[in-house]
Amino acid sequence: MLRDITLGQYYQADSVIHRLDPRVKLGTTILFIISLFVFDDFWGYVVAAIFLAFVVQLSKVPFRFMVKGMKSIVFLLSITVLFNLFLTPGEPIVNIWKLTITKEGLRLAVLLAVRLGFLIMGSSVMTLTTTPNQLTDGLEKMLKPLGKIKVPVHEIAMMMSIALRFIPILMEETDKIMKAQLARCADFESGNLIKKAKSLVPLLVPLFISAFRRANDLAMAMEARCYRGGEHRTKMKPLHYEKRDYIAYVIVVCYLVTAFAAARLIPGL
Amino acid sequence: MPIILDKVSHVYGEGTAMAVKALDDISIVIPDGQFIGLIGHTGSGKSTLIQHLNGLMKATSGNVYFNGEDIDDEGFDKKMLRSKVGLVFQYPEHQLFETDVFTDVCFGPKNLGLTKKEVELRAYEALKLVGLEDEYFYQSPFDLSGGQKRRVAIAGVLAMKPDVLVLDEPTAGLDPKGRDEILEQISRLKRETGITVILVSHSMDDVAKYVDRIIVMNQGSVMYDDEPREVFQHYRELEQVGLAAPQITYIMRELQERGYDVSDDVMTIEEARKAIKDCFEKLASLHRER
Repeated sequence: MLRDITLGQYYQADSVIHRLDPRVKLGTTILFIISLFVFDDFWGYVVAAIFLAFVVQLSKVPFRFMVKGMKSIVFLLSITVLFNLFLTPGEPIVNIWKLTITKEGLRLAVLLAVRLGFLIMGSSVMTLTTTPNQLTDGLEKMLKPLGKIKVPVHEIAMMMSIALRFIPILMEETDKIMKAQLARCADFESGNLIKKAKSLVPLLVPLFISAFRRANDLAMAMEARCYRGGEHRTKMKPLHYEKRDYIAYVIVVCYLVTAFAAARLIPGL
Repeated sequence: MPIILDKVSHVYGEGTAMAVKALDDISIVIPDGQFIGLIGHTGSGKSTLIQHLNGLMKATSGNVYFNGEDIDDEGFDKKMLRSKVGLVFQYPEHQLFETDVFTDVCFGPKNLGLTKKEVELRAYEALKLVGLEDEYFYQSPFDLSGGQKRRVAIAGVLAMKPDVLVLDEPTAGLDPKGRDEILEQISRLKRETGITVILVSHSMDDVAKYVDRIIVMNQGSVMYDDEPREVFQHYRELEQVGLAAPQITYIMRELQERGYDVSDDVMTIEEARKAIKDCFEKLASLHRER
């Protein structure tokens, strides 16, 4: 049941995307997301879709696997779309009872659905191809200049990598506790919203307790190994840019130029 | 209520690059009232297997029958199944969540939709069965010791009055005293209620003394399924898959090799004591005759 959430999980494979420097992937993801929100034209999204498809293809992560991860956010997505569809003022197209769908609303809803969908796809390509450790290493190195103005970059990166590391552990734990309570005939599905919320207590209480226990154990283990934060720490595998990383940057710039050109120059719908 | 597993296989992550075959064509029959030890090395598929018994996992192929009905059939009452096949997971104390012990044990029977009186009666009975003293009933379960917490968790499953009780490594992480106490309690429970008990473990020493049948799992399939004595005859094969016969079996073998006439199918220390005593008495009488 919970295994189906692939958002933020690493998918083991051997691909160019997997081997890229995490900084490249981080930067690209951020640029990609920004690009999604800058243009609001049909052709821009076509280019974005092609780029995304290209990257997914390169990453060797099965498309099915990605779509499975999207399922978990369908609910959120549909709420957003529905709100925009019905609550945007403008030129009405369809009237159903008290609800009105406007031309602007329809456009905005589709736009938002595409934006959010691409955003999640794009960022899951990153998380699926980069281990949490690589990711925080990349982030740490990218943000290192901030250390000059007394931002505790290493500590933040450490906190992030611990948080990310704990996601699968807690997920597994949730699965286990859920099964244990199911074995005691717990019912997580039927009933109204309040009853459903109440039925989560037997799941959440043990989960929180176990999270605290694990946090405690980890803190103890780190102290026992004399961990003391960022200063003078060296890396076992320092990050270096290689040829493929530069090529990746070039491709990303090409994408950005093409997308903006397409959005500006080709008359939209 | 017998359970029949017919050619059950289970594959984790089917269709992905990470697919792992956890169960491979398992067929076993679990009749009423047996005390079964399910033994296997870590990763042999024990835990996966027991989750098929109460429908928490669905077999990738094959069928599980409870009392003659296929548990995956449309309309089969899974809730009833789970109350009849009580499953106690590894480290069951991690599932405790209520403010006091008694209320926590009430959770299972309450989910069955019983009356308040019946629920409390069952909870009380269950707590008595696991041998927890009354003084702990209204304490927070988190204030108890490890062994006590575990007993409360087992009571939480027993309170549903299952016909089959499955315990996944009930002694993991307990000290020797706690381990013996839990095992004694389970064995007493078995004697008093006559229910079927399946004890999952990786230690032969734990189960040898109690069970009437041992199922040895290796890499997702059943390696041996027989009486303990018969299974321990294969101790060399068991060693090859990372298991071992009870330590006492080894002592008896060693004695045999040194020329003492002791039987080697002993499984408990008491039996060994008797066998060694018999052997020496025989030697003494031979000596006297001469």
